[in-house]
Amino acid sequence: MKHLLARLMLVAAFALPAHAVDVDEVPLDDPAKEAEARDLMKEVRCLVCQNQSIEDSDADLARDLRVIIRERMAAGDDTDQVKAYLVERYGDWVLLKPPVAGRTLILWGSPVLILLLVAAGLLLRRRAAPPPPLSAEEEAKLKALLEAAEADEKEPRG
Amino acid sequence: MIAEAGHFALVIATILALMAGIVPPVGLKRRDMGLIALADSFAVAQFLMVAIAFAALMHGFIVSDFSLKVVAANSHTAKPMLYKVAGTWGNHEGSLLLWVLILTLFASLVSLFGRNLPLTFRARVLSVQALLSLGFLLFILVTSNPFERLSPAPLEGNGLNPLLQDPGLAFHPPMLYLGYVGLSVAFSFAVAALIEREVTPMWARWVRPWTLAAWIFLTGGIALGSWWAYYELGWGGWWFWDPVENASFMPWLAASALLHSAIVVEKRDALKSWTILLAIVAFSFSLLGTFLVRSGVITSVHAFAVDPTRGIFILGFLALVVGASLTLFAMRAPSLAPGGLFGLVSRESALVLNNILLATFAAVVLIGTLYPLFVEAAGGAQISVGAPFFNYAALVLMSPLIVALGLGPLLAWKRGRLSRAARILLPALIVAAVVFVGTVWATAGGYVMSAFGLALGLWLIVSAKLEILQRIRFFEGPMAGLKRLVRLPRAALGMALAHMGLGVLVLAITISETWTSETLTVLSPGETAMAGGYEFTLDKVEPVAGPNYAAVRGTLSVRRDGELVTVLTPEDRTFGDPVMETTEAAIRPLVTGDLYAVIGEAIGPVAADGRWSLRLYFKPAISGLWLGTLMMMAGGLLSLTDRRARVGAAAAREKAA
Amino acid sequence: MRGPWVFLPLAAFVALVALMGAMLLGDRNPAEVDSALVGRAAPTLTLYALEPGGEPLVPADLRRGVPVIVNFFASWCVPCRAEHESLMALAGEHKVQIIGIAYKDKPAAARAFLEELGNPYDKVVLDESGRAGIEWGVSGVPETFVIDGDGMVRYRHWGPVVGDALETRLLPAVEAAR
Repeated sequence: MKHLLARLMLVAAFALPAHAVDVDEVPLDDPAKEAEARDLMKEVRCLVCQNQSIEDSDADLARDLRVIIRERMAAGDDTDQVKAYLVERYGDWVLLKPPVAGRTLILWGSPVLILLLVAAGLLLRRRAAPPPPLSAEEEAKLKALLEAAEADEKEPRG
Repeated sequence: MIAEAGHFALVIATILALMAGIVPPVGLKRRDMGLIALADSFAVAQFLMVAIAFAALMHGFIVSDFSLKVVAANSHTAKPMLYKVAGTWGNHEGSLLLWVLILTLFASLVSLFGRNLPLTFRARVLSVQALLSLGFLLFILVTSNPFERLSPAPLEGNGLNPLLQDPGLAFHPPMLYLGYVGLSVAFSFAVAALIEREVTPMWARWVRPWTLAAWIFLTGGIALGSWWAYYELGWGGWWFWDPVENASFMPWLAASALLHSAIVVEKRDALKSWTILLAIVAFSFSLLGTFLVRSGVITSVHAFAVDPTRGIFILGFLALVVGASLTLFAMRAPSLAPGGLFGLVSRESALVLNNILLATFAAVVLIGTLYPLFVEAAGGAQISVGAPFFNYAALVLMSPLIVALGLGPLLAWKRGRLSRAARILLPALIVAAVVFVGTVWATAGGYVMSAFGLALGLWLIVSAKLEILQRIRFFEGPMAGLKRLVRLPRAALGMALAHMGLGVLVLAITISETWTSETLTVLSPGETAMAGGYEFTLDKVEPVAGPNYAAVRGTLSVRRDGELVTVLTPEDRTFGDPVMETTEAAIRPLVTGDLYAVIGEAIGPVAADGRWSLRLYFKPAISGLWLGTLMMMAGGLLSLTDRRARVGAAAAREKAA
Repeated sequence: MRGPWVFLPLAAFVALVALMGAMLLGDRNPAEVDSALVGRAAPTLTLYALEPGGEPLVPADLRRGVPVIVNFFASWCVPCRAEHESLMALAGEHKVQIIGIAYKDKPAAARAFLEELGNPYDKVVLDESGRAGIEWGVSGVPETFVIDGDGMVRYRHWGPVVGDALETRLLPAVEAAR
């Protein structure tokens, strides 16, 4: 425990260069390429500032990475090649949009998987518990109710 | 002495919480009305004791009593008074105390305004609430005592992080906590109902106003945090899908689902166990958020200083509270009587769909937030899950939700007719379709997603309007219709307003994300740059001094077609204690969007006409974010003042008598 | 609503608590990121010497047949001061060759830093732009790499080498790389 604490304190001591809003970054001449580069920057993690992309970070390293991305795109790399370049040096960690792969299948699939599970659950419940057949008395009551509901709909409500 | 009195009050509050957790339940068992009735006194007494402790701590901050460790570590004599006061909750210990203060406040409000609840039920609710306070009070006393003394006392404090010295952030935590902790009431109501094995429409009627109040505060708290990020972080971003932001968003989603499902319980006596589960889950998300922020398991820009002991304590408490309530749920839910049946096309079904989508989104946000931990625990190399993933999930899950939100209110209970709803909503559909096609055509197919976002937002706004107009039969006679408008149930108006607010929010997000123009540039005084059709001229750059910082201030005149629109004065501030630079963006909201300017460092030597780096933006429709949120909150408030809440109260009184 | 599904929320929650507990009790620093370079060949860059006229860093420096250590440091970096003692011991007592890379530093400042605290490095080179840092996947200083005799990165130490880190982490890594 103590060891962990000591290491956590080191985090605070880990030094970074001073922040700067430098603008020695020149947009690419080709607007289409520049737009591509900007989109890529939104997907690259600023490594020294948690959970921000390099597109919206003041950190020095974020700026360096922006410069490199533009450089490589100007040299003819496409976004996948630039991504590969970054991943080679910083690992998948550098991508805010994790690549779709075996270990991220559950992640990317989660919205659809959960919806499918819910749908399956609802269907099973319907199957498992079919409503009991209505008695004649209930049938009559239901009919009356439905008619009342329909009348209700036609009737303006206020 | 005052601090010791505060500490003592905390100890008393802990003892009271313990007694309040034990005595009324014992009374319920023995059917001893005297013991049961004590629940109310315990609740109020706890609140008073915690309030004394909180006042004592605040006093320490106001007079800069640096013999208190928390004050020395987080305050400074040169700090403006507002931030000395706000400093009380700008740290781990004080914010926890605020949490308990609000928890006990809500308990005493339940005791005060819940006079219409059956006494036994109120006693159960209050004892659950007391056990929650007990856990937090013990946490404070054992691991995070705010009244710890330093000897010798330092002459000066360490100061507060300058980023946090901000009016938006001063009120962000109290607002957010009112929301987080407000959900504890719904939780206690749910647990009490499970213990009593009975969930009635009346129960839903009691629980809804509390949930609504918590939801309003949570919405406001999240919006304040967003607003702060927008003008303080200097990049014009307002939502980063940071774990801590997600931690506040998950309870919001669950609370939104709960608001809707409680209506089904109230009106149709259906969805009972699901609603109970939501009430438990919503507050569990609040506790989980607290854990994530304070345990250091996840790194975040907003996280408090990390301490593993605290993390283990909260995790233990979380496991106990949530584990016990979910176990109780698993045991008792099957015995809850199933409710009324409804057709596939009905208001109930629309609300079920709403709940499925909101709950799924909450689950997906949870999975995305914790996925890097799963991967790490499984031994894989680290990955990041950031905004692109969450935006994708929002698109997949929230688009159908918004379609349903427009449609749902026009479907009748039990069995609705799609054709009737479609007939009424036809204009909304036409508006959405025209805007979609028009945008795609005007941008030559370049902005299909943006066109989709615009169409969704407009669909929701127009259909919420149509729903109200149809209700008041506006088209049969506008004047008579408007008269009916004032007599409409406030809940109906509130719903429409909140839904429209969401529509405005969707529009604002789409427009600002798509059509922001940004210019990075270097200017000398006298030079001009363009952004979004506006000319920004740097007039001068000068040093200025603040109360506890020094700053460089740029003055920019902004013109459109040669005419002066406004003057912006962005600052680059350097604080003394602790040494830190912050950017103060200059923002001028116009009707169409915000002018936003940030000044950076001098490039090269600072001579008389030095060159300065600047970031200039025109961000369209940003005000729509705040407007939409305010509309949602106002809708909630309107609904909260509906007479049904009061009628329900009267009915309950009769039932209890 | 009945059936086994009522246990689903509880089961999911138990799994969540188990994960959190494991993360909390495990010896991990949430801010530390694994290096993507470990197990791969070290970047081959040529960097100019800090001293005018000194020898540059060439690819052959990282293939000496014996393990070498590459240490990113900077004069403006406070933790680097803290770990300097460990580096001196590494070079002195343990006779390990260290290559220093001054990251985003001014030559004069870096020279003054070494004059003041002593120079543990076999070779000191300059990375003024931080470009070499990016090649090595460095996100801040100090970071220290252990390279084996064939130029493969075998270990990366994140943050300053202080406390028992020299004995328990760096030296065993050097031994393993032999």
